[in-house]
Amino acid sequence: MNLYAFLRQPRALVFIPLGFILLGYIVYPAALVLWESLFRDGQFGFGNYGEFFDPDSPSYMEGLFNSVMVSVGSVLLSALIGVPLALIFTHYEFPGRSVFSALAILPIVLPPLVGVLAFLFLYSESGMIPRLIQAALGLERPPFSLNGVWAVLLVHGYTMYVFFYLFTSAALRGMDPAVMEAARNLGASSWFSFRNVTLPLLTPAMVGATLLVFMTSMNSFSAPFIFAGGFRFLSLNIYTSKLNGDMAMAVTQTVVLSAFSIAFLFWMRRYEGRRQYAMSTKGTANVRREIRGRWARLLAGAAGIVMVVVLLLPHLTILLLSFVQDGTWTHQILPQVYTSDNYGRLFQDPTFWEPIRNSLNMAVVSTAADVAIGVTAAYLVVKGTFRGRKLLDALVMVPWALPGTVVAINLIVAFSQGTPFSFGQVLVGSFWLLPIAYFVRHLPIVFRASSAAFRQLDDSLEEAARNLGAGWFYAFRRVTLPLIGPGVLAGTLLAFVTALGEFVASILLYVYDNRPIAMEILSHLRQFNIGSAAAYAVLLLLLVSVVLLGSNYFSRGTAQRSLS
Amino acid sequence: MAQVTLNRLTKHFDDTPVVKGISLTVADGEFFSLLGPSGCGKTTILRMIAGFIFPTAGTVHFNDQDVTHVPANRRNTGMVFQNYALFPHMTVFENVAFGLRTRKVAAAETSDRVARALDLVGLAGLEQRPVPQLSGGQQQRVALARAVVIEPDLLLLDEPLSNLDAKLREETRDQIRELQTKLGITAIYVTHDQEEALAVSDRIAVMEEGECRQLDRPDAIYRRPANRFVAAFMGNMNLWQGVLTTDGGRTVFRHGSGMAVVLLPSASSPAPADTVKADDAAPVNRAATTDSAQADTAALADPATADSTAPADDAQAAGPAGLIYLALHPQAAKLTNEDTEGTVGGVVTTRRFKGATVEFTVDAGGVSIQVVENAEGPMAARQPGDAVRVRIPGDQAIILRD
Repeated sequence: MNLYAFLRQPRALVFIPLGFILLGYIVYPAALVLWESLFRDGQFGFGNYGEFFDPDSPSYMEGLFNSVMVSVGSVLLSALIGVPLALIFTHYEFPGRSVFSALAILPIVLPPLVGVLAFLFLYSESGMIPRLIQAALGLERPPFSLNGVWAVLLVHGYTMYVFFYLFTSAALRGMDPAVMEAARNLGASSWFSFRNVTLPLLTPAMVGATLLVFMTSMNSFSAPFIFAGGFRFLSLNIYTSKLNGDMAMAVTQTVVLSAFSIAFLFWMRRYEGRRQYAMSTKGTANVRREIRGRWARLLAGAAGIVMVVVLLLPHLTILLLSFVQDGTWTHQILPQVYTSDNYGRLFQDPTFWEPIRNSLNMAVVSTAADVAIGVTAAYLVVKGTFRGRKLLDALVMVPWALPGTVVAINLIVAFSQGTPFSFGQVLVGSFWLLPIAYFVRHLPIVFRASSAAFRQLDDSLEEAARNLGAGWFYAFRRVTLPLIGPGVLAGTLLAFVTALGEFVASILLYVYDNRPIAMEILSHLRQFNIGSAAAYAVLLLLLVSVVLLGSNYFSRGTAQRSLS
Repeated sequence: MAQVTLNRLTKHFDDTPVVKGISLTVADGEFFSLLGPSGCGKTTILRMIAGFIFPTAGTVHFNDQDVTHVPANRRNTGMVFQNYALFPHMTVFENVAFGLRTRKVAAAETSDRVARALDLVGLAGLEQRPVPQLSGGQQQRVALARAVVIEPDLLLLDEPLSNLDAKLREETRDQIRELQTKLGITAIYVTHDQEEALAVSDRIAVMEEGECRQLDRPDAIYRRPANRFVAAFMGNMNLWQGVLTTDGGRTVFRHGSGMAVVLLPSASSPAPADTVKADDAAPVNRAATTDSAQADTAALADPATADSTAPADDAQAAGPAGLIYLALHPQAAKLTNEDTEGTVGGVVTTRRFKGATVEFTVDAGGVSIQVVENAEGPMAARQPGDAVRVRIPGDQAIILRD
């Protein structure tokens, strides 16, 4: 088909804008970054990479090495927490189980920067917990304090075990209990059956969670940003290079980080694909074994309460600090002066609202674009029959493999001059670059949720509706939409809340006019206005919780699936 | 090999009784079926025997050993699951070898026994195939091989054929029975398909709502169902509600519509002509002997209403105990053209051609009668709307009080 014929087709109306946007905001920026990394002081070549991999000045390599090591550590730690929790909550019944299992996903409502701050105030050298223990035991120095690599690891473990927990729980729920019974029937002990049947069947879920935790960890910015101290991390290095005006090294590190992320993604994907088993029918229903015996029940209850306290401490800390009067908490173990002024300013100070309004505006705009592009692309990839579906799939998913720092640097490089994709405008320094970054970063969330929904939609349902006399639109409205709606909505709301709390791209791209909540929190923190920072954090938490609760109400569990 | 004894076996799920005090003994080497509709508790019983769930009350014995609370992995039973429950991440070989691995059987012996088991079910050579690549029938046979390779004391089959298509189902059914006979294993078979149970079992327990409604050999259950539930479950038996009256020393079943059947003890000489009382009884029967079907129905309709109230009132007066049911196999009823004693007139309402037989439904003045005719027979060509007479042999009808 020649170009003219293609353009005359109705579907060109869909493909041309879709291609324009994907090309302009994903492919072109990434390609430009790759291109620029090959120039050193105007000289074409591999000079930048020479510097990166220079054995004599290992600072760049060190950043890469630390990033990889911390990511591996985060995977192990998250798995160690998340998998046993999922097993216990799926297989055993004890008082409070359903409450505990719901609370176990609490860390997910903590936006990245907020979670890190809570850990800072709780467990760092001047944190409340070490100093409370010190005071209680009359020690000379705090018994422990969180910093450096260990702090980053712990924060990662706390926030990312949820991925392992959710994936493993879902896999266990989807597993056919009859298979486990068959193993028992054939004489397998619990352990033998777990090792030889359950664990191998959990592999796809484990791979999925590993992938997600590894990528999130490589991508992690706020934890190293607050805790790293002298340690170098690749994502942090990029930020520092950019701040120091060394764009050549910033783009070079960006390319290295992207290459690592994408390589890891493909490696894990291949492994995952080989081990996927469809378990369509279920032989018997899931039955939870009830924990009997007074002591066992007591122990389970106590462990559950400890878990809840540990899980909730960060949220409670932020809430507590939001009532602290700015500038009054210095050397005391706990803040001394409390006030509701931090919230009072909500109603008095019009500038107080600006960051919240900015975040909401940008989240709405970027999510709307995500829905338009993500749902269309998902429909084309799942239901379409044209060649190049795989390419479209890959293109939309690329940002998923790209750390937020990378997305930001790509956009800075691409739009520091006018381009056809920005209609000749220079976007750096404008309001629009940040929402574009949100759009690019969260496109895969909406896309994945929508393609999952489309994939579950049996074509014959629409055909049945048409057969019964429904017109195309009626069939779409009464059959297709209600079926894909919950999945798409879940993805949309997830993209929305992630945009609300976004920090990584924001710190590189924000301007005063569009400073989002996370940046406002950071700037208050830098002025030691702990109370104001925490108040913003609480408001952000509230926004996120409300949206996620709504999402959960509309579509039970689909938000979790859309992550995988 | 084992004899299995259930003693007042009871299971409650959240205070809802699912199995209500079942006691029965399965003999060593017997092929025993638990038959019933879904929700009757048959699978629950099987799962208690396997040890996946424990009874609320009662015991399970294998021979003389109380295994009520023995964990499932120490019972040495081989189970075939409804969905086969094959380990999807293993090959055929690994699946079949699983039970031998848990029993720490040496590698050489394992491969030897697996090969023999696969040979036994006709799957030799498929050892290295990943399980998801097999067809439903092949998966079923892997499940069977996996269950028997461990030489279990007891073979448990939980609706093993329900996921197969009709032709394969019969084939596999016979194969299972053959294998069980050859190995001499006691087998307990759960199914909701009465034909399946009748074909393979030594004995059948028919279950309803957690209770055993009849336990007997297949032919006995088929010929002499003990109650309405069993009769209805055994296929489309004719089942009529009515009262028993005595008339000149003969026991007569009277239906509300006016149809009457003279019952003879089946031991007595077959005299079908005598079975339906004609002239000397109620006006119904006189009407039943009139010629045209049109007249039949018309005549039946009138006195029917007049007459039906009377016996019903009698029955009411006699208490509910007076109401009984008459069951008759559709094969026992015969279409005829002859207007003789022991026949009732009616109109064919449906005709279902089944190959070797033809199934008719005849409306005889408000009584629906199922009749099965040999497809080669002279009456098999009757069509809906045709007036016919139906011969009802009183010696083959069964009185059910429950």
